[in-house]
Amino acid sequence: MAQSQLIGNRIRDRRVMLGLKQTELAKQAGISPSYLNLIEHNRRRIGGKTLLTLAEHLQVEPALLSEGAEAALLDGLQVAAHSQNAHAAELDRTEEFAGRFPGWAQVLTALHQKAETLEQTVATLNDRLANDPHLAASLHDVITSVTAIRSTASILVETKELEPEWRARFHRNLGEDSRRLAEGAEALVRHLEAAPDTDEDVRSPMDEMHAFLAQHNYTLPFLEKSMGDGAIPHLVAQAPDLATDSARRLTETWLRQAHSDAQILPMRALRQAVDVLGLEPNALARQLQVDAPLLLRRMASLPSDVYGPVGLVICDGSGTIIFRKQVPGFSIPTAAGACALWPLYRVLQSPLSRVAVPLEQSGSQHSRIMSYSLAELRRPAGFDGPALVHAHMLLLPDHPEATAERVEHVGSSCRICPMQDCAARREPSLMTGAE
Amino acid sequence: MTKRVLLIEDEPNIIEAVSFILSRDGYDVKTHSNGHDAIEAVLARAPDLIILDVMLPGRSGFDILRDIRANEQTADLPVLMLTARGQDTDRDMAERYGASQYMTKPFSNADVLATVRDLMTP
Repeated sequence: MAQSQLIGNRIRDRRVMLGLKQTELAKQAGISPSYLNLIEHNRRRIGGKTLLTLAEHLQVEPALLSEGAEAALLDGLQVAAHSQNAHAAELDRTEEFAGRFPGWAQVLTALHQKAETLEQTVATLNDRLANDPHLAASLHDVITSVTAIRSTASILVETKELEPEWRARFHRNLGEDSRRLAEGAEALVRHLEAAPDTDEDVRSPMDEMHAFLAQHNYTLPFLEKSMGDGAIPHLVAQAPDLATDSARRLTETWLRQAHSDAQILPMRALRQAVDVLGLEPNALARQLQVDAPLLLRRMASLPSDVYGPVGLVICDGSGTIIFRKQVPGFSIPTAAGACALWPLYRVLQSPLSRVAVPLEQSGSQHSRIMSYSLAELRRPAGFDGPALVHAHMLLLPDHPEATAERVEHVGSSCRICPMQDCAARREPSLMTGAE
Repeated sequence: MTKRVLLIEDEPNIIEAVSFILSRDGYDVKTHSNGHDAIEAVLARAPDLIILDVMLPGRSGFDILRDIRANEQTADLPVLMLTARGQDTDRDMAERYGASQYMTKPFSNADVLATVRDLMTP
């Protein structure tokens, strides 16, 4: 029905553009004017011979009448409407709007996409400013130099009788500190000017590991095969993205885990099960008889071109995110602390529990993500130390279980979360309107 | 009697400047520049006042302050904390761990001097 609505609008618009009266076109097409009137007002479906005839007399390709506005444009409009306030936009007239004003619809969609990109940039930059250790170190250097200069300059200016050797010493110190200040300021500017995605950006070892895995789409076929002990270190050593020892060690640890997982649950077996049961962690765990954390990690390595995006977040017992595979519609902060409302943290508090719940993130309400969270005991508690737990949260966009009734509203990180009256808020938001 | 100040700071030119202004004001200034064995230096020097930087190699000034307050020989010593980090959380931590005063870099010599004099006054 939605598709046919556009057809009627397009037929009318085209007829008016050609300067044809309704009766003239109806006569040419061999239909009654009243029937054409119903078609133009989207009260009758149209197709087949009638559509072909009308297209011929309107001098357009039939597809131009039948295809309607681009599906992507309609999706874009829906997303834009939901991101603001769905009640304020006439959602039931989206197609009519796109059909009547395609140019404006494209402008609106493009503006919304631009806003989303900018929000993402704000989030990334904000992460950096709040938690970037390199930035903190640069600032510390600059402030230290300024302090030394200020103190030394005061001595030179305010001390009336300063012995020549002291004067020379403080002059030398001033020279040293001013050079260091200049270098520190340059480093700071370079750091701040580096765009989040440029090569000049200073990345943490964790960022390097994720860049490496993302480059391989988190799907590394060689891990499926058995291999010698030296294969993974060799691969890691050859990876140009892994510039630091820390990043190489982190990546090696992750790849060893992934290889071990693949030996227990080969990709072929997983894919066969998913083809039958779908992306249903409960059913898959029962069918495949494997540990659920391992299953979630393996599901995150399914090829996205076949099964769609599958995201995964893993945190350690402190809540620090140690692995993140992003999916569209759910922002995972790279440096700032994540939202305390995530079920990821709930299972950390109750390691025996499992939580399956749809999530909607504030500020990007266009997507509802199904999440499956559980904890994995990495080391049992002993008299020599506490239990070590990792929590996993699998993220599945467009999942049939993600119904509106059960949805939980969460954020990304507090500083960019617009959610108001949030009991979990730990710092004010930069976004307008948040508390 | 000359009052003894122990300056625990790792930046040589700040050490030199602060030592100079305090020495000119009549204090006996000793310095120490790392966090590892700062508490040993405090016990060995037995100062009347400590000026303590937060960001030190080896150990944070907050950890050192906590040890100072936990040791009955040094628990009552006046401690002036210096930091390049002016965040509220640092200020809160300094107060919580028992700093007598807290100054944010860059500071003025006059303020340091005035604060030391004030803390030395019984």
